[in-house]
Amino acid sequence: MSEGMTPIVKNAARLVSGFIAVFGIYIALTGHISPGGGFAGGVILAAAAVLIVLAFGRAAAERIFTPSQCHLWDAAGAGLFLAVAVIGYFSGGFFVNFIGHISKGQVGKLFSGGTILVSNLFILIKVAAGLVGAFLALSAFRRMGADAAGGAIEGGQTA
Amino acid sequence: MSTGIYILAFAVLLAGLYAIVAKKNIVKIIVGLLAVDYALNLMLVLVGYRTGGTPPILVEGQTPAKLAAAAVDPLPQAMVLTSIVIGLGLTALMVALGIRLYERYGTFDTNRIRRLRG
Amino acid sequence: MGMEYLVLMLLGVMLAAVLIAVETRDLLSSVIAIGAAGFALSVIFLLLGAPDLAITQVVVETIALVLLIRLIVTRRDTTGETETPRDALRTALVMLAGGVLICGVYFALAGGPGKGTIPPFGQPVLGHKAGDEVPPGASADYLAKSAEQTGAANVVMAVMLDYRAYDTLGEATIIFVAILGTYAVLRRFGRRKETKEPEQ
Repeated sequence: MSEGMTPIVKNAARLVSGFIAVFGIYIALTGHISPGGGFAGGVILAAAAVLIVLAFGRAAAERIFTPSQCHLWDAAGAGLFLAVAVIGYFSGGFFVNFIGHISKGQVGKLFSGGTILVSNLFILIKVAAGLVGAFLALSAFRRMGADAAGGAIEGGQTA
Repeated sequence: MSTGIYILAFAVLLAGLYAIVAKKNIVKIIVGLLAVDYALNLMLVLVGYRTGGTPPILVEGQTPAKLAAAAVDPLPQAMVLTSIVIGLGLTALMVALGIRLYERYGTFDTNRIRRLRG
Repeated sequence: MGMEYLVLMLLGVMLAAVLIAVETRDLLSSVIAIGAAGFALSVIFLLLGAPDLAITQVVVETIALVLLIRLIVTRRDTTGETETPRDALRTALVMLAGGVLICGVYFALAGGPGKGTIPPFGQPVLGHKAGDEVPPGASADYLAKSAEQTGAANVVMAVMLDYRAYDTLGEATIIFVAILGTYAVLRRFGRRKETKEPEQ
């Protein structure tokens, strides 16, 4: 896992992962107009990062997004989503669509739906950062899990 | 037709339940949990389907009254959307547990994991 | 009406894939079969009029497949298939109880087309029977009033993030806790070092 794959895979990943990331952000931000939403967009954005980790190896990918950055963005996304709920509290009840009270916009345009657009953005950040952090934590275990027990597994199975 | 579709969905649920109960390999148990998750999401969406219905999205030139007469039920879909992503979080947690167990005991067999104490 | 036959056929494919995943001995085949079941499920969602769910199911299935293959790629331990008669008895009892319970619940709730609480397939309740007035907060109300009350065209997103946003907050919390659990299980530092390897 820490050495990456052949140059063909690396070049293909370099070309394609940018498009995947932009597609994920697009699906998340136009969630209130066409199908998709924050959760699907967040998972697609995480898939772009997972492609980078798989193609270039964990050590190279950690120079671009470190685990502590992932933790930070994860917590920030969750906290901001909660902040949207609490701010709505001051303008009516919990989770009231406070931007919608100011101006609803026209149905079908991008800037419509009030807090729905903002909530989709924060959910995108939260889901993507959480999944990338979890995948980085999981990919640290290939060497230790395989080599530490791999040599002894043949001895253990016959016991 | 109606009973047939529900019974097939129940059969997927029972197949997943069989894998959780009867199999001794951790990976088979994870696969069984995934099958139960799919079956439950499917059953929730099946309840809200309308014959010949359209997705509940307002397109150009459609009034909300026409949408309410032609669309499928949006409420089960909203609940199942969150359930699918929770299933992904659950899969990540189970895979992490599986990796830890293999690293600690060297096997996926639950019989041997129970016997190695310590 | 061809749509329902297509759904039935895809459900059959999904059931076959799940049975293969549960019974086959090789772990990689099992994981790929459950991936096939997930993709069949996403096409079923598309045919049932749920494009949000189809998109989400496809990408979630891809990431789940990547995670599962990471688990088994160097650890192909296929032991654990021996079964004593005691285990077989326990399995049979649990399956019997499960089957009886599910059939009982179904026939108590459905009873027959139009007679119980689960509506027949294809005629959802939507909170509105012909001639009644729609109770507030029901699905027919959401469909009719979502454009003017929330301004969003996608009614599923409006339900999830405006009408029922509290449930989405709970779901974001569950994902947060699941990811925290993953970190806690895979943590290397700060735990008591295991001083003895379990194998000889």
